[in-house]
Amino acid sequence: MQVHLHNPKRDVEVAGPLRVADLVKSLGLNRESVLVIRGDSLVTGDATLADDDVIEIRPVISGGSR
Amino acid sequence: MKCKPCGEPAVIEVRRHRAAFCKNCFLHHCHEQVRRIISSHSMMRHRERVLVAISGGKDSLALWDILLDLGYNADGVYLGLGIGDYSDTSREHAEKYAAQRGAKLHVVDIPADHGFSIPDAARATKRVPCSACGLSKRHLLNRAALDGGYDVLATGHNLDDEAAVLFGNVMQWHVGYLARQRPVLPETAGFARRVKPLIRLGERESAAYCVLKGIDYIVDECPMAAGNRHLRYKETLNDIEERTPGAKSAFYFQFLEQMLPVLDDVAAAEHDLVGTCSRCGAPSSADVCAFCKLVERATA
Repeated sequence: MQVHLHNPKRDVEVAGPLRVADLVKSLGLNRESVLVIRGDSLVTGDATLADDDVIEIRPVISGGSR
Repeated sequence: MKCKPCGEPAVIEVRRHRAAFCKNCFLHHCHEQVRRIISSHSMMRHRERVLVAISGGKDSLALWDILLDLGYNADGVYLGLGIGDYSDTSREHAEKYAAQRGAKLHVVDIPADHGFSIPDAARATKRVPCSACGLSKRHLLNRAALDGGYDVLATGHNLDDEAAVLFGNVMQWHVGYLARQRPVLPETAGFARRVKPLIRLGERESAAYCVLKGIDYIVDECPMAAGNRHLRYKETLNDIEERTPGAKSAFYFQFLEQMLPVLDDVAAAEHDLVGTCSRCGAPSSADVCAFCKLVERATA
């Protein structure tokens, strides 16, 4: 599957099928810090991603002055 | 995973609530969290005029959307910081949302109105950009609320923001800052009432809210904030949260319940020291307020 990442923006190829929680873990990310989006839909940690899926892993942490 | 309230397929899990939600139940959950905190802290009434501080990011746009959905009379104010393409893009997101919702958005542009940008101010003061940015926001947003005759200024601080600020203040034992870290700062002479209606939602929830509502927010982080201390605190707290869901919420809400009452005298003593800036008339504990000093140095 194609996985689009931010900060820095990049695409990586990951073999499927794979559970969302396992994908996040394999990329060294904290599941509290990201959303996983398939197409234009959010997916939960137990969902299985297929080899031909296009996935965005979107960071949710924002910083700086508030 | 099934939606806890209705049993339909879930689209997001919120581990600290031991729950997952479908789209409709999640949006209802977000509305309820905001409605409950507004009610429990008497933040605002429906007949009051609300000014929402809008950055173009997920939290401020989610807050504005929820307040409008709940029937509040809420306008927005966007503050242009002069941070190159980032500011241009964030303003576009703010204006796009306002146009889509038919909502009123005020724009205050620091470079046009005050003659400096946040990067200018950081260079002039030799301090981190977030320091000059936070100082400018506090001053100019308050002024926008007062000048516009609004009853209350609402900001999009979420649970993660508040837990990270609390963590930083505890690490340094900044007792004065701790005493002022409240969901509601009541109106006083020179200060609009300031409220944080998003504190029952984590930033993962506010981001999910925007995705599910189709709200187009700026995803990229401010280039000036990269690597700052606040972000490191958030990462640390999320490491704890991943192992112990609910830790951030307990840390923050137990502070509000158990520690803030102990600090009431500190907050009152600090308030007694506030006078008036001799240049702009804003509340200040010094003869010239910090914002006027910042303008002087950044435009020298």
